[in-house]
Amino acid sequence: MRPTDVTDPHHYHKVVDCQYACPAHTNVPEYLRLIAQGRYSDSYMLNRESNVFPGILGRTCDRPCEPACRRGRVDGKPVAICRLKRVAADLRDDITDRLPKAPSEKNGKRLALVGAGPASLTVANDLMPLGYDVTIFEKYDKAGGLMRFNIPAFRLPAAVLDDETNYIIDMGVSVRFGTSVTSMKALLAEGYDAVFVGSGAPKGKELDLPGRHNGNAKDVIHIGIEWLGSVHFGHIEKIEPRVLIIGVGNTAMDCCRSAKRLGATDVKVVARRSRPHFKASPWELEDAEEEKVEIVENHAPRTFIHENGKLVGMEFERLEWSEVGGKPTSAVVGTVTIPCDSVILAIGQDNAFPWIERDIGIEFDQWGMPAVDKTTMQSTHPEVFFGGDAAWGPQNIIWAVEHGHQAAVSIHQFCQGLSVADRQPFGMNLVSAKLGMHAWSYNNDYNPSPRSKMQHEELVKRFSGIGVEVELGFTPEQTATEVERCLNCDIETHFASKLCIECDACVDVCPVSCLTIAPPADNEASLRTRLTAPAENLTQDVYVSDALPQTKRVMVKDEDICLHCGLCAERCPTAAWDMRKFELVIPYAFAETRPMVAAV
Amino acid sequence: MTSIAKPPVRHPGLPRNSLGLTTRDYEGAMSTLCAGCGHDSVTAAIVQAFWELAVPPHRAAKMSGIGCSSKTTAYFMKGSHGFNSVHGRMPSVTSGANAANRDLTYIGISGDGDSLSIGLGQMCHAIRRSVRMLYVIENNGVYGLTKGQFSASSDIGSTSKRGEANVQPPIDPCLLALTLGATFVARGFSGDKAQLVPIIKAGLKHNGFALIDVISPCVSFNDHEGSTKSYKYTREHEVEVSAADFVPLRREIVAPNSPEATMTVTMHDGSSVRFRKTHDSYDPTDRDAAYQHVRNCTVRGEVATGLLFLREDENDMHAMSRTVPTPLVDLPFESLCPGASALDALMDEFR
Ligand SMILES: Cc1cc2nc3c(=O)[nH]c(=O)nc-3n(C[C@H](O)[C@H](O)[C@H](O)COP(=O)(O)OP(=O)(O)OC[C@H]3O[C@@H](n4cnc5c(N)ncnc54)[C@H](O)[C@@H]3O)c2cc1C
Ligand SMILES: Cc1ncc(C[n+]2csc(CCOP(=O)(O)OP(=O)(O)O)c2C)c(N)n1
Ligand code: SF4
Ligand code: SF4
Ligand code: SF4
Ligand SMILES: [Mg+2]
Repeated sequence: MRPTDVTDPHHYHKVVDCQYACPAHTNVPEYLRLIAQGRYSDSYMLNRESNVFPGILGRTCDRPCEPACRRGRVDGKPVAICRLKRVAADLRDDITDRLPKAPSEKNGKRLALVGAGPASLTVANDLMPLGYDVTIFEKYDKAGGLMRFNIPAFRLPAAVLDDETNYIIDMGVSVRFGTSVTSMKALLAEGYDAVFVGSGAPKGKELDLPGRHNGNAKDVIHIGIEWLGSVHFGHIEKIEPRVLIIGVGNTAMDCCRSAKRLGATDVKVVARRSRPHFKASPWELEDAEEEKVEIVENHAPRTFIHENGKLVGMEFERLEWSEVGGKPTSAVVGTVTIPCDSVILAIGQDNAFPWIERDIGIEFDQWGMPAVDKTTMQSTHPEVFFGGDAAWGPQNIIWAVEHGHQAAVSIHQFCQGLSVADRQPFGMNLVSAKLGMHAWSYNNDYNPSPRSKMQHEELVKRFSGIGVEVELGFTPEQTATEVERCLNCDIETHFASKLCIECDACVDVCPVSCLTIAPPADNEASLRTRLTAPAENLTQDVYVSDALPQTKRVMVKDEDICLHCGLCAERCPTAAWDMRKFELVIPYAFAETRPMVAAV
Repeated sequence: MTSIAKPPVRHPGLPRNSLGLTTRDYEGAMSTLCAGCGHDSVTAAIVQAFWELAVPPHRAAKMSGIGCSSKTTAYFMKGSHGFNSVHGRMPSVTSGANAANRDLTYIGISGDGDSLSIGLGQMCHAIRRSVRMLYVIENNGVYGLTKGQFSASSDIGSTSKRGEANVQPPIDPCLLALTLGATFVARGFSGDKAQLVPIIKAGLKHNGFALIDVISPCVSFNDHEGSTKSYKYTREHEVEVSAADFVPLRREIVAPNSPEATMTVTMHDGSSVRFRKTHDSYDPTDRDAAYQHVRNCTVRGEVATGLLFLREDENDMHAMSRTVPTPLVDLPFESLCPGASALDALMDEFR
């Protein structure tokens, strides 16, 4: 087996589980330490660099970082990364003078961005500082896209959206609100140097079952995202008492809880499958159930039932699921009718590009999706880039942001006449965290506290208005504890094999049996079985050193549940082990004009 | 010294022994020894051995004297009994403890200074008495705790950190124990747990005095060029003259089918030690041959390691003294203290 190459940022990047899982590679452990030090504005700025909308994401992010968080493998519950992001956002000072600025002299290039959702806004954020002249076309009268029109205000207050969208727009972006782009051909004819399509996936899926259009259907059967939009704009202010929500994704969760606030008394979310297969996150389900929403599993919708021109219920097939040839297969075990007065269909979204002509060089596939390069975000028309939900269908905010960053890199390359495929790789800084004898630049002690629980507004107050924010944020005490649960995975265990005298001190002290001095192995699979504790988590890498000076054995480290406690480095008599702070250097489009936030 | 206590988290895949305990349950306080001290590795080997034998921690007693080595009893099995005696007096304190309660498992930890200088007489008599205990000398060739003076195990010509050479001949505890009639004599190296752990296990099961001399480098005062007790020197000069596997009672003993296996010694509780052949002529049950072999190695400048000598069929202290088998603590008060008339009757016997 070859020694691990730690000069390639990949190895250490992967050790920082949260940052590795984050589509935008947010430097989580560093921003948590800044919160621990009370440096909320610094923490906010560090966040903003990669995820652009810390206040919004601190309330709404899909948080792929949390299931990945190492702490989850250690004591079962990840660090509450997302809600700590909100702490930084809520407690920041006025940071307007620290925001990126557009130079007074423009670079002469003009860009058109379609839609003012997170994807387009990120492109604007990254390219305005480079002197681009950016115009955003937005169908509605406000910026934010689905974040504003669909995510209900009880989860995301308008003021938070205003702040963070304006930080970008105030750099001097010209936004044409209330302007739908109706022809790509016409837009291209306006002579822009590049066009970015961030128009989202705006079409809610239909469910054409018998009775869908009968009787009063038009008034009481709704399509989820349209209904949420109508609620947002105030076109809909109340709903019937008994409501069924079909589907169990994010939209369903927002629909059921919104319905509760518009007067529904009996709300059921009906799912085809069982809980482990739901699209909604466990915490969304918890929040809905706390508000007395009932979740019905294993029911497939069949017919809308009307009596005297009025919707009175829906008929469902009860399903039983089993694995057949490795595939989940359902069998109908009966039918039931669930009475209701209204139904909201929340079974997914589709893309729709009626405004993009099919003969102008932008290729679409048989499902009406554009052909977009996974890395460069470029379409088959070199001037046209896609990102966010418009690129490959509905995802989430943080992916839209990452697409925006990547599209910005491509657009900048393209506008300079450079190849969009020619992209900077990740870089890294690796600096010793040693301050003195057993003194480190981070708190290496393990905090055994359990994960902090978010406080919620009491139910009566919560239902007094659709805009009453449910989550109250962490108390200062909760924040102080929760940040210390972080294991500082970015403070890497760095090994210099030539210094090792094979005294076993590190192996003996490691609380979680990560380390082994082993005879060299032919392959990783066999090595994994003969370590101090077997390395069974194959998603986590195993570090292998160069041959050790005295016996030519190798130092092996299973990265799986290392606590980054630094005890190996403290016990090492020769400093062969050192704790080094890893910083991923991400090649943003704006990086050449704006240095990384110096985080010391 | 380290800055924090060892976090109370363990690897989820850490195996459990028959008592349901993991190795973490056999640990003690955080070590305050120098980073890289060989003694910490010996501690880890002891933790491993006790865990593998599934000795309930509260049924063991950790005994020691004074020195960095003697401090290490604090660093394993926090649930065990213990006595940290005066310098060099651990053997007599252990003799007393063992006399009072033979049912505990005794492990004594000492240093080359504690055992071969101030405590030499004590150690010799514990061997003669065959106190049933595992006696571990963590041998680094110096007085570590008092900053690195030569000890009685320093080899002639071995240099101190500042460069002077030792001129007095060393005492080899293994040779000494062989001459004094010890029934279990072994040498290990802190840097080789694969060899050390089975020897510790066998020693803990031995019916008598078991000595393990463990070369355990002092990184602060005796790990330099010119030292004959450094990690590097030991690795270069170590010769395993006998390789022993400990076979616990519970594991089914299959007939040795490997051509390597030369002989099996059955321990008094039914467990066994199986010797693998490493040297053609070596017989680990022949005291004179063992003595000669170790001596020859020394003359060649080699460090003989392994379970050097083992006899399981001799009497321990209790057998020789024909003591009552029940620990004194479990005897009814009437038999422990039969009263003035019983004493008078006894005294009469001597008149
Ligand atoms: C109910 C619901 C709840 C959600 N909750 C979450 C959540 O909690 N967390 C999360 O991460 N994600 C959530 N999402 C997903 C998330 O909102 C989207 O993935 C994200 O907003 C996509 O960003 P975008 O920039 O690609 O497009 P969008 O946010 O959809 O923005 C597209 C914009 O383009 C405009 N537009 C469209 N066509 C045109 C045109 N032809 N001309 C001009 N303007 C046009 C639209 O008006 C809109 O403002 C949720 C989605 C829904 C539906
Ligand atoms: C009666 C007495 N004499 C002398 C000392 C000083 N002293 C403390 S430790 C020690 C030597 C320890 O050497 P060793 O047993 O080899 O232990 P090491 O520190 O090397 O492990 C001495 C001489 C003492 N504590 N008590
Ligand atoms: S413990 Fe901290 S650094 Fe490690 S994955 Fe979790 S949040 Fe990230
Ligand atoms: S930092 Fe070192 S001692 Fe601590 S858990 Fe990781 S490998 Fe083990
Ligand atoms: S002085 Fe030597 S023997 Fe004592 S703790 Fe330090 S390294 Fe170990
Ligand atoms: Mg010593």
